[in-house]
Parts: sequence; structure tokens; C-alpha cells
Amino acid sequence: MKPSVLTLTGLCLWATSANALEFSGNAQLEERYFFHDPLAVNSEQHNNYTSVALEPELYHSWDNDNQSFTFTPYARLDQYDDQRTHADIHELLWQRVFDNFEIKLGISKVFWGVTESQHLVDVINQTDSVEDVDGEDKLGQPMLSISMARDWGVLDVFILPGFRERTFAGVEGRPRTYPVVDTNLAQYQSSDKQQHVDYAFRLLNYLADWEVGLSYFDGTSREPIFLPGTNNGQPVLIPYYSQMRQIGIDAQATTEDWLWKLEIIDRNWAAKDFVALTTGFEYTFVGIHDSDADLGLVMEYLYDSRDQQYLTSFFQNDIMLGLRLTLNDEQSTEALLGVIQDLEASERFLSLEASRRLGNNWKLELEARLFASDQTDSLVYGLRKDDFIQLGLGYYF
Amino acid sequence: MNLHQIIAGTACIAALLVTPVIHAMTPEQKGLEIAKEADRRDTGFVDSTARLTMELRNKQGDTSMREVRVKTLEVTGDGDKGLSIFDQPADIKGTAFLTYSHSVKPDEQWLYLPALKRVKRISSKNKSGPFMGSEFAYEDISSQEVDKYTYKYLRNETLNGIDCFVVYRYPSYEHSGYTRSVAWINKQEYRPEKIVFYDRKNSLLKTLTYSDYKQYLGKFWRADKMFMQNHQTGKSTLLSWFDYRFKTGLNDRDFNRNSLKRAK
Repeated sequence: MKPSVLTLTGLCLWATSANALEFSGNAQLEERYFFHDPLAVNSEQHNNYTSVALEPELYHSWDNDNQSFTFTPYARLDQYDDQRTHADIHELLWQRVFDNFEIKLGISKVFWGVTESQHLVDVINQTDSVEDVDGEDKLGQPMLSISMARDWGVLDVFILPGFRERTFAGVEGRPRTYPVVDTNLAQYQSSDKQQHVDYAFRLLNYLADWEVGLSYFDGTSREPIFLPGTNNGQPVLIPYYSQMRQIGIDAQATTEDWLWKLEIIDRNWAAKDFVALTTGFEYTFVGIHDSDADLGLVMEYLYDSRDQQYLTSFFQNDIMLGLRLTLNDEQSTEALLGVIQDLEASERFLSLEASRRLGNNWKLELEARLFASDQTDSLVYGLRKDDFIQLGLGYYF
Repeated sequence: MNLHQIIAGTACIAALLVTPVIHAMTPEQKGLEIAKEADRRDTGFVDSTARLTMELRNKQGDTSMREVRVKTLEVTGDGDKGLSIFDQPADIKGTAFLTYSHSVKPDEQWLYLPALKRVKRISSKNKSGPFMGSEFAYEDISSQEVDKYTYKYLRNETLNGIDCFVVYRYPSYEHSGYTRSVAWINKQEYRPEKIVFYDRKNSLLKTLTYSDYKQYLGKFWRADKMFMQNHQTGKSTLLSWFDYRFKTGLNDRDFNRNSLKRAK
């Protein structure tokens, strides 16, 4: 979605004309280092990548905070990857709160779900997969949404005009699949292509220590199927976006010691039905060794009834083990180590994320992603030489 | 006799009857009565909003700042509802924390992470953990309900010229970082002037000093400054409260998942 510059300028002028406009945001500098030389077929790739990103935010509220306007553009420049060099509007949103409901109109992000290893029920926003391989970064989605919060829970209804294509690393980009995904050749099941209007709702219920979400989505699948193809004689993967109907349930039980989590989806797409689930727990040891630090243990089981032919999910029958260390210090130092191991095949994904604030405005981030696979028909197989470590420095204002 | 006189008269008779009873009370009963009276005097504020800055100081004297906005909704018969919105440091700006506190059963807590737009229901087990890296633990800043402690009245003492009750408080909830605390309660106003905390090994841990009290709506006392000194680490935190407002018209709808998400 690219709203015209005129519209943006108009909105900004209108917003500034009223009360004070809040300006905040962050700028990031990051360096990625890949441990191995690229696969011979990916000779265009490099071992070191430098990248910068900027995410400013303008926020204004009025009408006794019952109305607000948010504008959050985003841009990244990558040293080599012309697909990772990209811009997006994460938010361009007007929000109004009434007595019994609230309305959101514009571009925004929505998160559904409870689990840590993957986010099955979370299907409103497209994944910005060039940002990171963990699927947590999202592109802004145009929407009209109405939300009603009551004592028993929350009902959200969404109308979603306009589809965002998933981003994929370019020829020089890394990590990426082989062959490269050619986003210019994207195909759609619906003749409306990116103009298809999707809709969705989610009902969240509070039942004592349980919170249970029931969601439904009807529209263009955010997750593509990959079709083999060629471009200029070179093999490529063509993303194919089918229509889908998905019912999702997400649930969490919270006790003082344990968080019990479940996400399950039943999706009808590409003329087939499949079921996937993530379920597990999180247990936290508080104040380990008489310190202020907490150590969280996360364990999740991942299941997906699709077979590998669609080259989609990594996680047919896998287990995730995670350790989350939170020092609770002045610098908010924390680290999350996670391993996802395939229970049937020799396939593994390891991830480390750590961060620490420096002074009041800076933050240092360390990230590592390691891939191992001997399954030639798997997406991870293409990433087997793409282990990397990343150091990031962010300035927040 | 008009109604006022009747009430005043009844109160005098009640006082005459009660006074000898207080003397006959066990130290535990007297401690509880003091806590109940303090709670009774702080009942009826309905709701409040305030701004909070926290100055964290380490042993070397280096400081860092936190800025938080706090909204509170009084819930009769249970713990209060609270919403904290973090403004500083900038990397956690927009992070918000919602609490439904309860007397003895565990508090319910949700955290909103603005970068992911994610609301997380979190465990309230970490009562002893530092709040935003400060010397205040979550249990120090949470809603102080009478049933959260058992009490023991110790003695009367003059603290900086203020007549105080000195009362032991023993946490009756699980996962506290303290074996006990000792509170100096202003005899006149039933507000805390100082609290000394003892850790799980019963060693002296922290001292919290209240100062710059102001009275709101002619009834409710709030300290503008709360200074926590950690005796074991040499670190300290100064909380400064600003812009206290009461009866602002907040209701349950300002303390749910949706209000957590739009708290900016």
C-alpha cells in the first residue's frame, strides 16, 4: 500500500495543527556475518552484510484521548540485497474509542496467539521475511476493524482490503532458499489478485485462569505455496497465493508457576484441508541463585499435517526447547536460546537472541541463527550453509 | 439532637468502649486494627492518575531515569486495577502493564509489547523481582491490601518528630522476597512514614522513606517522594510523583486488553 505523498502531507499537517505531536522512533545499524561460504549454486551471495534501518513514529491524540492518529513508516537499506532494501508503512492509522466499542481505520498490525516457536493463528499481517527468519516482523495491513471489549472478553471484526506480498531475499541476499524466490512472478488463485477483500474475526474469552481465542479468516493466504519455474533460463520459485479459510483456536492457562499454551488451526487452502498445532508450556524459575535474574524454560511441540511437497512449513513433527534468561537489571539484559529439532529427520534450527540497553537511548542486540538438515526435499536444506551471527546497535528516541 | 450530634455522640461512646478493648488486644490484633484503619482512611478515592519518574542510582553514583504514567481504579472488596505505561527509556516506550490485584489469590497481569503489538498474560510469581531494574520490587508497588499481610504491633515511637506506631508485617502471599517488614505508621494520619524490609534470610535489605506528603480531596494522603535504599548493594531508587488527579471518571473499560493496546 502506497498512500500518496499528498495524503500523507495532508494528514501530517492536519495532525500538527492541533495539539502537540509526539515524535519517537528508532534507528538500527546491523552487521551480519555468515560462517560458511555460500553454496556453489548461490555464488552471488556474500559473507558479510551491513544494513541500516529507520522507523520513526508520529503520534497524536485528541478528544480526551478518545481519538488518535499514528504514522509509522519504515525503511531498510542493505549493502547487497536489493530485496532486503525496502520500505513499508507499518502504521497509518486513525483510531476512535466509543463507550462500547472502538474503530480502527488505516494501516496497522495485529497479533493473535500465545506460543513462542511459531505463530499459526496469527494471519492478519504479512510476514516481512527479509527482516529476519523468525517470522516476527510484519508488514502493515490496510484494515477497517471494530473491537468490543466486555467483562467476558473481546470481539474483533476485520475487513481487510488490499493484500501484501511476502518479502523474500534477492539473488545476493542471505539467508535464502535455492532456487531464489522470484516475487515478480507471484501468482494468485483469485482473479482479484492483490485487490481481494478478506475478512476475519476473533472472539477472545476469559474463563478464570484461561484465555481462549477463537478466530476465523477468509481470504488470500499470507503464506504462499512455491511452484518451480524459470526466469531467463534460471530456476526460480514462484510464490502462489491461494484463497484460504482458516479456523484457529489459541488458548493459555496462567497459574503462578506455569503458562500452558495451545494454538491449533484447521485451514482449507489449495483445495485441501490441513491441521497444524503448537502446544507446550513455559515455566519460570524466579530469582535464580539468590539473584534478581529469572530463568524461563519453554517447551513446545509443533505438528503440521502437510507433506513437504508444498515447500511450506518446516515443522511437521518437531519439538522446541527454549531458555529465556532475564537479568532484571538496569540495562534490561535478556537472552533467549531456542532449538527446534525435527523428531523424524535430522533437521534442526537453532536461534539465539540477546539484548542489553546502553545508557538511556542505545541498545545492543546479538542474534545467531543456525540451520542443519540432510533432508534434500526440505526448505531448511537450502539454508544449511547460511548460519549467521548478527550484531545490532539501535538508537531509540 | 440532629443527625450530626447523634453520630458524634455515638462515636464518643464507641471510642470509650473501644479504647479499653485496644489495650486488651494482642499485639497481632492491634497491628491488624492499625492496618484496617489505614485502609479505611484510604477508601473512596474511586480512581487516580499520576506521572512517575524513577531515578536509579548505583553504588558508583551513576544514575538512569524511568518515566511511567500510572492509572488506578479502586475496586471495592478486592484489590485495585492498575495500568502503567512506560515512556522512558525510549526502547520500551509504549510498553504497558495491566494488573488486577487481589488480596490473597495471585494477581492477574498482562504485558503489552508495542513492537510486536502483542498482549501477553504473564505469571505474577515474580513478586520479589525488581520493577524496571529499580530497587522497588513488584510487591512494593502493587496495591497494598489488608489481607496481604499478618501484623504485629510492636511499640510507639517518634520518628523525625512524628508519633508513629511501629508494626511488623509478615507477607501472607507466596513468593515474597521478604520474611517481614517493619512499618512506621503515622499515628495521626495512618500513613506510612518508613518501611524497613528484611530478606528471605531475615537480614536487613532495604529502607523505604516517604516524604513530601500531600493531601488530596481533603482526605487521601500521597507521598510525592519515595526513596528506597538497598543496604546490601548500595543502590537506591527515588520515585517522584507528579500531577496526581483523583475521581477522573475512569472505569473498567480503561483497564482491559484493548485499553492496554492503545495506551501510548
